[in-house]
Amino acid sequence: MALPRRRFDTLIIGAGGAGLNAALQLADSGARVAVVSKVFPTRSHTVAAQGGVNAALGNKLPDDWHWHMFDTVKGGDYLGDQDAIEFMCREAVPTVYELEHHGVPFSRFADGRIYQRPFGGMTRDFGGEQATRTCAAADRTGHAILHTLYQQNLRARTHFFDEYWAVDLLRDEEGVALGALVLCIETGEPLLVEARTTLVATGGCGQLFRTTTNAHINTGDGMAMCLRAGIPIQDLEFFQFHPTGIAGKGMLITEGARGEGGYLENKDGERLMARYAPHAKDLASRDVVSRAIAVEVREGRGCGPDGDHVLLRLDHLGERVVAERLPGIRDLCRTFLHLDPARDPIPVFPTAHYAMGGIPTDRFGRVVAPARHGPEEVVPGLYAAGECACVSVHGANRLGGNSLLDILVFGRAAGRDILAFLEANPHHRPTEEAAVERAMARLERWERKGEGESPQALRDELQRLMEDHCGVFRDRATMAEGLQRLEALRARIAEARLQDHSRVFNTARIEALELENLADLALAMVTCAHAREESRGAHSRVDFPERDDRNWMKHSLFFLEGARVDYKPVRTRPLTVESFPPKKRVY
Amino acid sequence: MRLEIYRYDPESGAAPRMQSYTVEIRPGMMLRDALLEVKAGDETLAFRHSCGEGVCGSDGVNVNGRNRLACITPMAELREPVQVRPLPGRPVIRDLVVDMSTFYRHYREVKPYLEHRDPLPEQEIRQSPEERARLDGLYECILCGCCSTACPSFWWNPERFRGPQALLAAWRFLADSRDQATAERLEALEGPYRLFRCHSIMNCVDACPKGLNPTAAIARIKAEMLKESI
Ligand SMILES: Cc1cc2nc3c(=O)[nH]c(=O)nc-3n(C[C@H](O)[C@H](O)[C@H](O)COP(=O)(O)OP(=O)(O)OC[C@H]3O[C@@H](n4cnc5c(N)ncnc54)[C@H](O)[C@@H]3O)c2cc1C
Ligand code: SF4
Ligand code: SF4
Ligand code: FES
Repeated sequence: MALPRRRFDTLIIGAGGAGLNAALQLADSGARVAVVSKVFPTRSHTVAAQGGVNAALGNKLPDDWHWHMFDTVKGGDYLGDQDAIEFMCREAVPTVYELEHHGVPFSRFADGRIYQRPFGGMTRDFGGEQATRTCAAADRTGHAILHTLYQQNLRARTHFFDEYWAVDLLRDEEGVALGALVLCIETGEPLLVEARTTLVATGGCGQLFRTTTNAHINTGDGMAMCLRAGIPIQDLEFFQFHPTGIAGKGMLITEGARGEGGYLENKDGERLMARYAPHAKDLASRDVVSRAIAVEVREGRGCGPDGDHVLLRLDHLGERVVAERLPGIRDLCRTFLHLDPARDPIPVFPTAHYAMGGIPTDRFGRVVAPARHGPEEVVPGLYAAGECACVSVHGANRLGGNSLLDILVFGRAAGRDILAFLEANPHHRPTEEAAVERAMARLERWERKGEGESPQALRDELQRLMEDHCGVFRDRATMAEGLQRLEALRARIAEARLQDHSRVFNTARIEALELENLADLALAMVTCAHAREESRGAHSRVDFPERDDRNWMKHSLFFLEGARVDYKPVRTRPLTVESFPPKKRVY
Repeated sequence: MRLEIYRYDPESGAAPRMQSYTVEIRPGMMLRDALLEVKAGDETLAFRHSCGEGVCGSDGVNVNGRNRLACITPMAELREPVQVRPLPGRPVIRDLVVDMSTFYRHYREVKPYLEHRDPLPEQEIRQSPEERARLDGLYECILCGCCSTACPSFWWNPERFRGPQALLAAWRFLADSRDQATAERLEALEGPYRLFRCHSIMNCVDACPKGLNPTAAIARIKAEMLKESI
């Protein structure tokens, strides 16, 4: 096959915070790096992050990375791997300083230090008083970070392939990663990118749900690529619903709004969180707050004519705080709700937000999968970082401000490990033509002409199905039915047809390919959620309301082949400090 | 409500044309929602979009003669028939998708990254809240291109005039107390074209969906240059 080919030391798929931070490490060290992204880099969804990034800088109140570590372990309901969490919380401090040196326009305290705000689940002294740990650039922290990283990559002359869509990973017989087949969206032509190392940094899969804070492009492509390459996906049943999406629309109102002093109210004008989390109240962990809102609405204490949401109040904070600290959400409220949060309360409801699970990696960003010698064998040359990866630092529930941290820390860690790998493996391996053909077949499948359902309509149906059968509260019967319906839907997707067969900027074709990815991930999510008979973090089973550490303190691994689920133990041993044993989680 | 949308497919061999569609308006509907509805019925319509909330900068289009982001343009505000065209002055790839490479090149040319030359402190480089406040109205740019593609000077001199977006970006770094490349930055904008093609027509200010003011930034650069030259 006469496919055009390009060769690089490293291929990075994804230009969000994770991909760009890895690229920067590599390009600054002289490696030849290609970054492939389906949208122009600054349009990646990291741009939408609002509230901030956690690091125990102690700019306002005394702080310690060890306290941050405790909060993260507890916040994740003891499913997080403590070696990776220790690493992340220690690295947070130099990582944020490095960002600042790169030019991120952080907000500032009067003494010129980086501004920090309180965020949910963050405490001092291992569960004591509220900490002030979340570093912010007003409420546009993701924008500030993403643009700065892109700018630094321009300085470092990173090679960008903008608006290229990665189709599938290539591995050889021995399982070594060789790069990927990608599609130029503008011309519709495939291109083979051969690389000695490949980093998957494709972000989240929030488009699995209808009402979501995630962008149209967040379709979990990298996770699905790994599934098809024989690599399992870990812990996908843990999916976070953010407590404060704009009701019915899904745009996010940052937790920073509550960090600045905002609170939730039900239709009786009651500050509802006092009942669910007497100590932390509105700054309890997200899973706790989301469930509280869902219960209020279910028990008839919701607001509005349909009683289908609660209110987030910021009107007591004063004009200045809203204008200075929350200008972005003020814009959102004005645009989408025609209200000013400095005066009027905001209608909110839990909204699909974040995948705790993903491609299993170790703390060096290396992809690990079960093989001959155990459950965590390194896949040579393959790396993953960012929301698509599962290190796992978030366990069963991510704390606000820890994802920006995760993508930056592990993006950088992957960059460093890739350099070592490149040194040890100086030569490209021959490309496996059979793998290329398999990837090409995926593209050709959509060339089929004739009558068939439209991928677009099927995507809507998939999103509704996931919302109905795998939402905030779950039980066996609902999920079993969901699985059956999903099987039927997947069969219909296999028969769907495109009407548009043009090459040039064919977005219908891209969306069809994304739909296939979503359908595989939906299967992974419902299958694992159905299998896990306990409640932990974001996974709440009405029929199994308690956490069950004896049977379920373990990670799920979903394999596409045979839709099989396997498990592996949680790494409870940190690097240098004592392990935090599981305790009952109260806020 | 009736929409007239610019259609062009280079593979078809046909000339560009306006195609009419009718969309049922719901309360709170944005132009992006309307375009998605059109696409649900006619999947051949191509346009860029992603975040749906005005932060990614993907969906700049020309609506009834004005450059706007489709996702934050309420249908209720628009005159019927709603004419939707690609951003003006750029080569059209297909339908509402334009080639923005020249726009991005000008951005790269102003070296849009912080240059701090002193040894770095172990912690943050200190910056007072007042110094930081100078970056407000500058750093929020989302690279949507609504401004530069509304600028007559950019239409006539797209290769040589940097355009309002890139000049705003240049000022964002000149204004940063941590940046130490002032002289080079100013020097790089000298000559009759890169900066001085701006005739303060203010189209860019009207067009910016984020309420930013490139014209003011350009005036500040000019003032700064004057200061240096005395
Ligand atoms: C509204 C919102 C607010 C948030 N606020 C915060 C916050 O305040 N603090 C915090 O810590 N976290 C926050 N998060 C979470 C955090 O922003 C994300 O988890 C994180 O930014 C993900 O970064 P990433 O680099 O992994 O992926 P993304 O930034 O999503 O980037 C993914 C990249 O992969 C590319 N890509 C994907 N598929 C393909 C393909 N097939 N081919 C080619 N390229 C592909 C995309 O083009 C993109 O460049 C927020 C999330 C949302 C949705
Ligand atoms: S003010 Fe200057 S940059 Fe803005 S539109 Fe007019 S000529 Fe262009
Ligand atoms: S200045 Fe405004 S219009 Fe111009 S690119 Fe930036 S955000 Fe868009
Ligand atoms: S879709 Fe992101 S700005 Fe409109």
